[in-house]
Amino acid sequence: MAKQRGRGVAAVNYPTGMNLGGDPTQALVHSTPTGNFIVSLSSVDLGQGIKSVVAQICAETLGVPTERVIVDTADSDTGPHCMGTFASRGTHRAGNAVIAAAKEARAVMLEVAADMLEADSRDLQTDRDGNIHIVGVPGKSVSVTDVALAAHFQQGRSISGRGMFFIPRSYPSPTDGAMKPSTCYAHACTIAEVEVDTETGEVDVLSLKSVYEVGRALNPKMVEQQLVGGTWMGVSHALYETTEPYYPARDHACRDFNEYLMLGIGDLPKTEIRVIERPAPDGPFGAKGLGEMCANAPIPAVANAIFDAVGVRVDSLPISPEKILRALLAKESSAAA
Amino acid sequence: MEISKSYFADERHGDFKEIGQSRQRSDTAGHVRGITPFYADRHVPGLLHLRMVRSPHHHARILRIDASAAERHPGVKRVITAMDVPHNVYTVLSLINIGPEDEPVLAFDKVRWLGEPVVAVVADSERSAYEAAALVRVDYEELPAVFDVEDALKPGAPLVNEYHGQNYYRYDSGASRKVRLGDVEAGFQKADYIIEERYDSSPIEHAPTETTGCIVVPDQNNRLTCYTGTQAIFFTLDNASIILDVPGQRLHFVGGTAGGGFGGKVDCTVEPITLLAAMLTGRPVAFIYNRYEEMQISSARAAERIYIKDGLTKDGRIVARRVRCYVDSGAYSRHSPYGAQKAAAHFPGPYTIPNVGIDCYCVYTNRTPSSAMRGFGVTIADFALEVQMDKLARLVAMDPLEFRFINAYRDGDMKAHHQLTEGAALIECMQEASTWANWPVDSRYLKMSSRERKG
Repeated sequence: MAKQRGRGVAAVNYPTGMNLGGDPTQALVHSTPTGNFIVSLSSVDLGQGIKSVVAQICAETLGVPTERVIVDTADSDTGPHCMGTFASRGTHRAGNAVIAAAKEARAVMLEVAADMLEADSRDLQTDRDGNIHIVGVPGKSVSVTDVALAAHFQQGRSISGRGMFFIPRSYPSPTDGAMKPSTCYAHACTIAEVEVDTETGEVDVLSLKSVYEVGRALNPKMVEQQLVGGTWMGVSHALYETTEPYYPARDHACRDFNEYLMLGIGDLPKTEIRVIERPAPDGPFGAKGLGEMCANAPIPAVANAIFDAVGVRVDSLPISPEKILRALLAKESSAAA
Repeated sequence: MEISKSYFADERHGDFKEIGQSRQRSDTAGHVRGITPFYADRHVPGLLHLRMVRSPHHHARILRIDASAAERHPGVKRVITAMDVPHNVYTVLSLINIGPEDEPVLAFDKVRWLGEPVVAVVADSERSAYEAAALVRVDYEELPAVFDVEDALKPGAPLVNEYHGQNYYRYDSGASRKVRLGDVEAGFQKADYIIEERYDSSPIEHAPTETTGCIVVPDQNNRLTCYTGTQAIFFTLDNASIILDVPGQRLHFVGGTAGGGFGGKVDCTVEPITLLAAMLTGRPVAFIYNRYEEMQISSARAAERIYIKDGLTKDGRIVARRVRCYVDSGAYSRHSPYGAQKAAAHFPGPYTIPNVGIDCYCVYTNRTPSSAMRGFGVTIADFALEVQMDKLARLVAMDPLEFRFINAYRDGDMKAHHQLTEGAALIECMQEASTWANWPVDSRYLKMSSRERKG
């Protein structure tokens, strides 16, 4: 009886979005009288931070600071349609819709500024600190606040824009399954290190090193929080989680968090993340969807590490201590026979 | 977290001011102080509470429902049965023309899973609603049930769902969603080794901190506002509109901040019945799952059974792969026919294999319906695929990481679902992992690129 260590690897890809039913999302952007910008959406924030990331996307496109962008979501009376937050689609689909809306709003903003500065709107640039300048003419500038005020109260123009992002429905071929079900693919590789107690069957995940290719990390800290959280969810799936521990039998169905086991604070492995960026041509500033895939590679990486440690395969999830012990017993008895 | 900038440097141009900055999340202050309002934080005067009477059987015929004692119970305002639901039998994906409608809001002729809703009780306190629900008497005649996906497909298995007529979802491709590339049998002929393995998973719960639910408030203009944790505002509104047979303009959905979803809040299981309760009583109504309901009643991640048969050459190339995947949809479809289809598109994984045959089955059993969850159709497939890759590498006595480099897909390669690979980066992820985690591989693998098929 001993604690034995092992190491395992897994590599995966993951599709962004799912357009087997058609995949639209819309956004509206408008300015307030003092030059703040409202993004109206109906996308849902599940804790991943969609409100913050679309604010950054809108600010980058308009050329204003992020703190001047307010995101209003999700109210069916005010927000235009979004398919929903799932399929790693939020940042990609809503992000692209926001870019389209913000571009249209920016064009009006620059036309208003051009009138004020007696210039051609094509010669204007934003400095992203909230001002609009004539290129190559130092000192000739106007603030976004003044531009918005002029639009509202002097020029009578609406600084606003509409954005739509749409992937048409793909119908799989009934004969060979030819289909285009999604857009760009994200990637991951995880290396897991585990220690298995051959007496109790308990698995301790010691460390996880994961490399994720995400297109572009639009907000690196938010990318990290999602990748780390997903990594832990993967470990939890690998070792603990099920509502029916003796599936397909229905006995011992879990009723609450005392019975439904999950990775606890004391079980968290040392988790390290690295990110690679290969921008997707169709992604907002190259971003791919990363919300789901981060949970996937850790599961087989842990399974493969358990095999490396103790030489038994448990090919059914979750890889519980009971299953490990039974596999070790079977291995022993077959060696003895 | 570090961004490894040496990869794809020539593709990563762009001079950004806001993008790439770790700006603090706008909702951080509310979340960390516990003051962000969620749907259940609405305090509405005169709020009623809805509790469900649920099936105690896995599969049974309903003989008689007697709610008279519940109706007389103090505090009870309304008892709702299937007859009260205008369009009782529905399916959520009818919005994208995926049918047939196969699930009742409230069961009427039979129950198909343990916990299926049969009668809704609306009362002026949660206690009264719980007590009254316990007073509803339903007489059942138990029927044989089936729990195993392959048993369910055998001749003579109990029929789970009459709206389908058989225990699987019928695609236009037949009993399974099929993907075919090359000639898989010819591929096996060329292989030095053939190995077939089976993988299984059990249902998994999303386990959000905030349980599924909603609060509906009728307003003075004959409209109903639904405060909800749904992950898809219009999808849920449109499904509710169909089920209640009320025009969409009467419905106002407010959400956008969910206390965790993970795919578990796209099934429209609470909003329609709560809207109906508010319409029938003229009062605001809350229906909030307790933790037991979240664990056993809300849709789970489907259990899957996956068989992978591979043909392999001595030099470590996979020349043929056949996959049979059985997705346990439980008693109803919800999003599972879609998930099984997504799995079909995902196999055989990020590897270039010339001969592939994939069959994904969406199977009905007498179990809590499964539905979408983070990594829908992919997470369990990846478990099976990547453990299989480890086994294959050991079969040909190769390093598991090197074995993956040999088979990794690259730009321009044909995928099994007949799309050319674009924007691949699997090789680069493995290169970085190899050097960073000190898992050495031969130098030729570190010189490979996803952008060209050489090396």
